[in-house]
Amino acid sequence: MTSISEAPQNPLPLNSARSRQPGGGYVIRWLRANLFASVTSSLITVILMVLLGKALISLVQWGYWNAVWSVPGDQTGACRSVRGLGACWAVIPEKYRFILFGTYPFDQQWRPALACLTFIALFFVSSRRSFWRRELVLIWAAALVLIGILMWGGIFGLTYVSQDRWGGLPVTLILATFGLAFGFPLGIVVALGRRSKLPAIRSLCVLYVELIRGVPLISLLFMASVMFPLFMPDGVNIDKLLRAQIAFVLFAGAYLAEVIRGGLQAVPRGQHDAADALGLSYWKKNGLIILPQAIRHVIPPLVNTFIAFFKDTSLVLIIGIFDLLTTAKTSIIDPAWQPFSVEVYLFVAVIYFLFCFAMSRYSRRLEAQTRH
Amino acid sequence: MTTSTPELRRRRQLRFSLNRQQIVGLVWQVVVVGIVVAIVAFLWSNALHNLSARRISTGFAFLGREAGMPIADAWLAYSPKDTYVRAFIVGIVNTLRVAVIGIVLATVLGTLIGIARLSSNWLLSRLAAVYVELLRDIPLLLQLLFWYVLMQGLPAARAAWRPIEGVFLSNRGLVLPSVPIAEANLWVIATAVAGLIALFVLRRQLMTRQEADGKVRRLWPYALVLVGALPALVSLGLGASWTVTMPELRGFNFVGGLTLAPEYFALLIALVTYTSAFIAEIVRSGIQAVPRGQWDAANALGLRRSFVLQRIVLPQALRVIIPPMTSQYLNLTKNSSLAVAVGYQDVVSIANTTLNQTGQAIEAIALIMMVFLTISLGISLFMNWYNARIALVER
Repeated sequence: MTSISEAPQNPLPLNSARSRQPGGGYVIRWLRANLFASVTSSLITVILMVLLGKALISLVQWGYWNAVWSVPGDQTGACRSVRGLGACWAVIPEKYRFILFGTYPFDQQWRPALACLTFIALFFVSSRRSFWRRELVLIWAAALVLIGILMWGGIFGLTYVSQDRWGGLPVTLILATFGLAFGFPLGIVVALGRRSKLPAIRSLCVLYVELIRGVPLISLLFMASVMFPLFMPDGVNIDKLLRAQIAFVLFAGAYLAEVIRGGLQAVPRGQHDAADALGLSYWKKNGLIILPQAIRHVIPPLVNTFIAFFKDTSLVLIIGIFDLLTTAKTSIIDPAWQPFSVEVYLFVAVIYFLFCFAMSRYSRRLEAQTRH
Repeated sequence: MTTSTPELRRRRQLRFSLNRQQIVGLVWQVVVVGIVVAIVAFLWSNALHNLSARRISTGFAFLGREAGMPIADAWLAYSPKDTYVRAFIVGIVNTLRVAVIGIVLATVLGTLIGIARLSSNWLLSRLAAVYVELLRDIPLLLQLLFWYVLMQGLPAARAAWRPIEGVFLSNRGLVLPSVPIAEANLWVIATAVAGLIALFVLRRQLMTRQEADGKVRRLWPYALVLVGALPALVSLGLGASWTVTMPELRGFNFVGGLTLAPEYFALLIALVTYTSAFIAEIVRSGIQAVPRGQWDAANALGLRRSFVLQRIVLPQALRVIIPPMTSQYLNLTKNSSLAVAVGYQDVVSIANTTLNQTGQAIEAIALIMMVFLTISLGISLFMNWYNARIALVER
C-alpha cells in the first residue's frame, strides 16, 4: 500500500512550452497550457477526444437510447430484440430485492435494509475524528447487537429468521465488518508478538502471518468449508457462514498485523525508554503510549487494507455463501433473464464502487490532513 | 555507577539471580506454546477420529491413482487416464502460465498508465486517473465474471471478429497466428537469450570502464552481433523454419494458430487490468518521489531527456517502486486462483476437483498451500535479490 495523493502536483517537467505565457482569456490559456501545450500534446488530445467521443456515443446508445427500462412480468421479448444494441435495465427493478437481500422473507426485508443503514451509520461515525475515543467501542458493541436483533429477530415481536435465509448486501457487510472488528485486536496482538523479545512467541506470530499471507484467500475459504468440519469433535456443527467468518477474521488479522507492525516500527525508541523509565508494565506501556501513536501513523494504509478486505469478501461466492455477488449471479439463473447478466453485474459493481470509493476518498483526505 | 558498599553489591547479585522479567517471559512463552500445542493436538485427534469414521485414508498415496478428470486447456500432454500427480503438474503449469504472462503484461500496462497519469496533458492524466479509480474499487471476482460473460456474448466462430488479419475473437476465445516451434527454433531462441545475457554483462563492464576513464564506449555493435547475427547464423545452420501459420476457420472451429481459451483469456484480462491499476499508482508515486531538483540539475548539465530518465530518474524511482511491486506480483499470483470461478483449470481448481472425487480434503488443501508458498517464496527471493542490487549503496 503506497501513499496516494491528489492528482499530479508534480507532472513530468521539461515542457518548455508550458512556461511560455500565451495571451487570451482564462479558458483559452487553460486549454493551451493543459491540452495543446505542444505538437505531441495536441496530437494526443485530438486522438483521445475522437476515441472518447466514439466510446461515449456507443455507451449512451447502449445504456440509454436503445435501452429497455421495463417489461411486463417475465416477458423479456422487448429486451431480447434489442440484445447487443441496447441494455435491458428492466432486469434491475425485477430483481433488485433478491440481489440486495437474497432469500430473506419478502415482507420482512425492511429489517436487513435497516441493518445495512445501521452499518453505514456506524462507518460514518467511526470516520469522524471527534468520535475517536474509548466510547467508540461501546457504540460498536451497541450497533452490532442492534444488527443481530434485526437480522435474527425472535424478540420484540420480530419473527425469527435463520441464518441460511440471509443474503445479499447485509451478508457482505457482516463478513467485512465482523472480520475487521475481530481481526483488528488479533492483528494488534500478533503485531506486538512479532516484535516481542520472547523467541517462542515471536516465531509463532511470524509463522502465522507468513502462512496466511503466503496462500490465496480461496484456500483458506476451502479450509473453512471442507476441512473445518473434520477438525471438530462429534456433534459439534458450526454454521457455514460462521466458518467463513472465522476464516475472514484469521485472514484480516494477518494482514492488519503487518500494517500495525509498520506503525510500531515508526514509534521512536525514546518513547519506549520513557515509558520504561516511568515503570509502566508491558501492557500499560503498549496500550497507553506506543499503540495510540503507532495506529495514528498507519491510518491511511489501514483504510486501504479495509478496502481490499471489503472487496475480498466477494470470494465467498466460490464456497456458495449468499453475499451480494452470489445473489447477483444467482438472480440471472432464471432463463427469462439469463442473457442480461452484464446489466446485473454493472448494478452490483456500482454498489461495491460506492463503498470502496467513499473509503478511498476518506483515506486520501486523512493523509492530506496528517501531512500538514 | 560505582557501587562500593558491600550491601549494594549483594543486592545487585540477588537481583541478577532472580531476574523477574526473564521468569515472566519464560512463563508467558510456556503458557502460549502450551495452549497452541493443546489446540493443535485437540484438532488433530478430532481429525483422525473423523477420518477413520468416514473411512478416508490419510496420506498422499492417492496421488498415484488414476485421476479420471478431463483438463480442457492443458499445455502438457495429459489424458484423464493419467495419475493425480500428472494432473497437479498440469495445474501448476496452468497457474504459472497465467501468472507469468499476467505479471509481464500488467507491468507494461501499469507503467504506461502510471506515466500517463503524470502527463502534462490534462485529458490523458484524467483518463488514467479514472481508469485507476474504477478498476481498484470493484472486486476482482466481479470483474472476472464480467469479462467472462462478455466473452461468452461474443459472436460464434463463424462470425468471429477480425480486428487484424489472422486474429480472430469469438466465443471460442482469441486465436492468434503462431510459429510452430521445433527443436531448431528452440536452439535459436536459446542462443538469442544467451546473447542477451552476455550483452547485459558486457554493458556493465563497459560502464565501469567508462566511469574509470570517461571515454564513451559503444554498445550497439556488440548488440548487433550477439542478439542479431549470432542467432541468425544458428538459424541458417540448423535450417529452422519461421513461417507463420495463419489460423483458418474450418467448419465450426479454427485450425492452426494459437488459441487462447475464453476462460484463460478472461482470467488474463481481469488479472492484468486489475493489477495494472495498482502498479500505475506505484509507478506514479515512485516517479514523484524523485525530487524535482534532480530533473533541474540534469537539465542544467544539458543532458538529453531520455538520458535523464534512464540514468538519473529511473534508478532512483526504482528503489521506491520495487518493494510494493513485489507484493503486487505476489497478489497477482495468488489472485490467479480465482480461475476456479470461471472454470479455468489452475492448480486450485484441480485440487478442488480432486478433493471432491477422493474426499482427501487435508491433503488437497495442503498441496495448494505448498505450491503457493513455494511460488511466493521464489518471487520474494528474486525481488529481494533485485532490490538489494539496485538499493542505495551508502559510502
